[in-house]
Amino acid sequence: MLRLEKRPQPSAAWGWATPVLAVALTMVAGGILFAALGKDPFAAIKMIFWDPLFNPQFASYSRPQLLVKAGPLILIAVGLAIGFRAGIWNIGAEGQYIIGALCGAAVALAFFPSPGWYIFPLMVLAGAFGGWAWAMIPAILKTRFNTNEILVSLLLVYVAEKILAAMATGRMRNPDGAGFPGSRNIAQYPAASNPELIANSGMHWGVVTAFIAVIFAYILLHKHILGYQVQLAGQAPRAARFAGVAPARLVVLCLGLSGALAGLAGLFEVAGPARMISIDFNVGYGFTAIIVAFLGRLHPVGIVLAGLLMALTYIGGELAQFMLGLPSASIQVFQGMLLFFLLAFDVLSNYRIRFARAEAA
Amino acid sequence: MIDLSSINPVVLAAALMVAATPILLAAIGELVVEKAGVLNLGVEGMMITGAVTGFAVAVMTRDPYLGLLAAAVGGATISLIFAVLTQVMMANQVASGLALTLFGLGFSALLGQGFVGVSPPRTPRLDFGWLTELPVIGPILFRHDPMVYVSLILVAAVWYFLNYSRGGRILRAVGENHEAAHALGYNVRRVRILAIAFGGACAGLGGAYLSLIRVPQWTEGMTAGAGWIALALVVFSSWRPWRVVLGAYLFGGIIVLQLNLQAAGFRIPVEYLAMSPYLVTILVLVVMSSGRARKTLAAPGSLGRPFHASG
Amino acid sequence: MSEPLLAIEGMTKTYPGVVANSDVSFDIGKGEIHALLGENGAGKSTLVKAIYGLIRPDSGSMRWRGAPFTPSAPHEARAAGVAMVFQHFSLFDALDVAENVALGMDNPPPLRRLAAQIRKVSQDYGLPLDPDQLLGDLSAGQRQRVEIVRCLLQDPHLLIMDEPTSVLTPQEVDTLFRTLRQLRSEGRSILYISHKLEEIRALCDKATVLRLGKVVGRCDPRQKTARELAEMMVGTKLHQPERPPHAPGEVALEIRALNLASPSPFGTRLKEVSISVHAGEILGIGGVAGNGQDEFLAALSGEMRAPRGAVFVKGEPVGHLGPNARRALGLLCAPEQRLGHAAAPEMTLTENALLTGAWRQKLVKGGLVNWTKTRGFAEAVIKRFDVRTPGPQVVARALSGGNLQKFVIGREIMQRPEVLVVNQPTWGVDAAAAAAIRQALMDLAQGGAAVVVISQDLDELLEIADSFAALNAGRLTAKRPVRGLTLDQIGLMLGGADEDTDAAA
Repeated sequence: MLRLEKRPQPSAAWGWATPVLAVALTMVAGGILFAALGKDPFAAIKMIFWDPLFNPQFASYSRPQLLVKAGPLILIAVGLAIGFRAGIWNIGAEGQYIIGALCGAAVALAFFPSPGWYIFPLMVLAGAFGGWAWAMIPAILKTRFNTNEILVSLLLVYVAEKILAAMATGRMRNPDGAGFPGSRNIAQYPAASNPELIANSGMHWGVVTAFIAVIFAYILLHKHILGYQVQLAGQAPRAARFAGVAPARLVVLCLGLSGALAGLAGLFEVAGPARMISIDFNVGYGFTAIIVAFLGRLHPVGIVLAGLLMALTYIGGELAQFMLGLPSASIQVFQGMLLFFLLAFDVLSNYRIRFARAEAA
Repeated sequence: MIDLSSINPVVLAAALMVAATPILLAAIGELVVEKAGVLNLGVEGMMITGAVTGFAVAVMTRDPYLGLLAAAVGGATISLIFAVLTQVMMANQVASGLALTLFGLGFSALLGQGFVGVSPPRTPRLDFGWLTELPVIGPILFRHDPMVYVSLILVAAVWYFLNYSRGGRILRAVGENHEAAHALGYNVRRVRILAIAFGGACAGLGGAYLSLIRVPQWTEGMTAGAGWIALALVVFSSWRPWRVVLGAYLFGGIIVLQLNLQAAGFRIPVEYLAMSPYLVTILVLVVMSSGRARKTLAAPGSLGRPFHASG
Repeated sequence: MSEPLLAIEGMTKTYPGVVANSDVSFDIGKGEIHALLGENGAGKSTLVKAIYGLIRPDSGSMRWRGAPFTPSAPHEARAAGVAMVFQHFSLFDALDVAENVALGMDNPPPLRRLAAQIRKVSQDYGLPLDPDQLLGDLSAGQRQRVEIVRCLLQDPHLLIMDEPTSVLTPQEVDTLFRTLRQLRSEGRSILYISHKLEEIRALCDKATVLRLGKVVGRCDPRQKTARELAEMMVGTKLHQPERPPHAPGEVALEIRALNLASPSPFGTRLKEVSISVHAGEILGIGGVAGNGQDEFLAALSGEMRAPRGAVFVKGEPVGHLGPNARRALGLLCAPEQRLGHAAAPEMTLTENALLTGAWRQKLVKGGLVNWTKTRGFAEAVIKRFDVRTPGPQVVARALSGGNLQKFVIGREIMQRPEVLVVNQPTWGVDAAAAAAIRQALMDLAQGGAAVVVISQDLDELLEIADSFAALNAGRLTAKRPVRGLTLDQIGLMLGGADEDTDAAA
């Protein structure tokens, strides 16, 4: 019989190995899933993980998409990871992403069509503010009334989606759009657009911001006393209070930071790749970023790698959908399985598996 | 134009019970899970899995009851993934619950592809003879499908089980202090896995109630946060079964009322009315978790804490 | 001699890296109170768990009334007639007394009948209990009664008691002993686990002494002195902490009429707590667990804020300040719970050194942590306090209780406090480490710091403290010099009776 035995010290080697192992097993399980759907598993896996980068037929289109998709994922995940380390569970990044986009777009639409160098920076501020403010709702309810931030932040996603729908069909609807839902095309409004900075690279201001956020998070988490306090609060809340950490301040800080980053991600998306506010503007980056944060082991550098990998599954998934007729939902299942395997294998870094004589139960 | 006269209170009350049943089913299951000391945030994922398996089986067999059964089995099966992760692999419960929800949403979308736009077999309403004919009371209480009554019987059964049976006592003991329960020789892991499976079955039933009876149709992501509302409901109930009924019917009332206001052409845009159930849920959470109310909350002592028997 | 009730023969149990029991043999006779004596980590708990069916020994055998006895689960042990009162009670706060009792029985009668039985048994043995009361509302002494009544209802032949008096006042201990002697006179046997030597001498008929998993002695404890028993238990001559004579300095810590509600629902409110401690003085604060010790420490550490003028360090009001501001003024603390409060279990010793040392040791500059310096600080603590560990990169939970406690207390002492407050400094610590910690506290006081030691171990307080006060239900008695204090007086102080009320009565 198998028994788990707690390691005296968490294994660093397994800490690095588990994400790799989880990805490998997800490929196997995913292959089985694709086979069950009647697709050639090897072709599907290759289509998802290889072709977007190296197949000459698709790579020219797909490669830039990698950064386009990874940018928001990394930006959101870095913020979430800081909170998760502190045991503060913001799972409503999707909502903060939407509100950030709406606030940024509102600035753009208010100035339309006047030029001005200050418009885009103002939008950036508005986007960050929107996400921050939306995240402050669970933060303040948590610190004032001890309300569970998981439920509140998640429920606010649905509220944000309704606001998005109301805006897309109401206030922000394009007056020249013949009554169709959706706003003006912000990406075509020069003073407000978030263009591709280097042709065919996918690099836009959001990606730049994501990398700045990663560096910033690395310093915060590993060099700054605040990062230490975050870690302490997550692992041993009582010890954190003993060390003089004010839990309320940490909640406000972590939720605010992750909210602002999610809001920024939304703003850069609406002014760039998504081009406008529409009913189906949000595509689940806020939720996938949770997977990215865990897959990256809540470590900024890990998150970059995990974000790129997740982006790849998105692009490859679309490709497989287009070329092989693989259902779009299967990529969601694929991502879910990845998280399962990751959580399951995490046991190996904290426990040792022993073959033991069966103890009579 | 507002036409409030088009809202019939009797119809409203009857519809309220129907609207409340899915979250009632899911919440009573989660209540048992939490009483055993486990926080499963995957309710939404289990509900939607139940919704699609129930729908698929009902359509294929043309039997709604087989569908409901399949939904319970489906919900319980997928909950076992969570059970293995958290009880065997000692994974973080919050993360595992989220994973279950993310996976369930994708998995259900995949399974449900062939079923979009299909009509499920009708679930007949029960006929209580003369009771059904009673004015006002008849349509409100005695003209429903069997699941409305099943959900209430389930609550009664859970209430009895938790308070008056040995099994319920053990389950509460495990949730209250798992080290002590282990020291007395109770199998903490087994109790918890059983509770998780029960919660999964209930959530599955709740999901299938949505797809087979309330809507009745399959659409992707159709649970639309009902699982999260059910989770909030458990907090609202202070872990007491009958309060879950109260809470569920309260939410049912809000859902039905806002739908009626929409239909009556209330001047607020539809979207703002549609967000009211979520906002009310948040409001209730705030009231329940603040100040004096918190003392009566009595969350199980070991809720969310992992247990690993050493030695 | 008649056949023993339980005979243990060559019992061995190993855990990875530790031999918990090695070839342990002893007998428990019928109607005998048998003491199992040993330090923390001597293997007492492992042995008892094997008898109770919670673990299986690797080798060796047990015989129960001559027949082989191999319980593989607690209910099998209970069926044979073994009952156990746990050190950390196996009770459930949110359930009532009757439900708690029922959970410890294999075939409980319906609750109403059980309630009647509980009333009867608890009366018969002088342990009054109300079966309908919620457990969370009971005191530690009452909780123990629930455990004992639960055992008695099953009519046990052997009652195992694991450190039963650690949570009791001297008066409550007397009541317990009366009950235990009554049980013995009924022909029941008791396996009594303790490291309190005086109790064992007063109560037990036989003793088996364990050290590092092995039986190192058997005796009739009534024929031995406490010192002889202690040396059997520890194996070496104990180092007695000592301190040259000294005169107290100025007032270093003063508390004035401190009233503070506990943040936790089952906590204790501090009521009108006033005391002053001088530089060079060691104040011992006694009291049964749960009488406000945690709250008292939190009020001093700054985890709980008080009114500004309720706490003073060297005349400076600090009541309103947070933990780090108080540390800056020289008020340092070491809480009771090592893992999770004084130290983060999953963090390395280096990281744990930063936990309280960040500001006073100047380990942080401009918000950035100087990890090299922090590591140096951790290494210095390890070296000076003889913490046995491979190095500061080890996580805290990998250390033994004694070593971690040396690290935690050493971490505070190394920061040269003006006032040091420690809660249960030697709880669950082996004798050598305990002696080292006591000596370090005395040295600190000798160097001119005021030291407050909160402890439930009266022997410890009487050994090292200059003055004594007791916490009872959140109230602190006036302090009295330890010299000349009798056990009876201490018992009264612990029970909440003050000098004045005493005189009035």
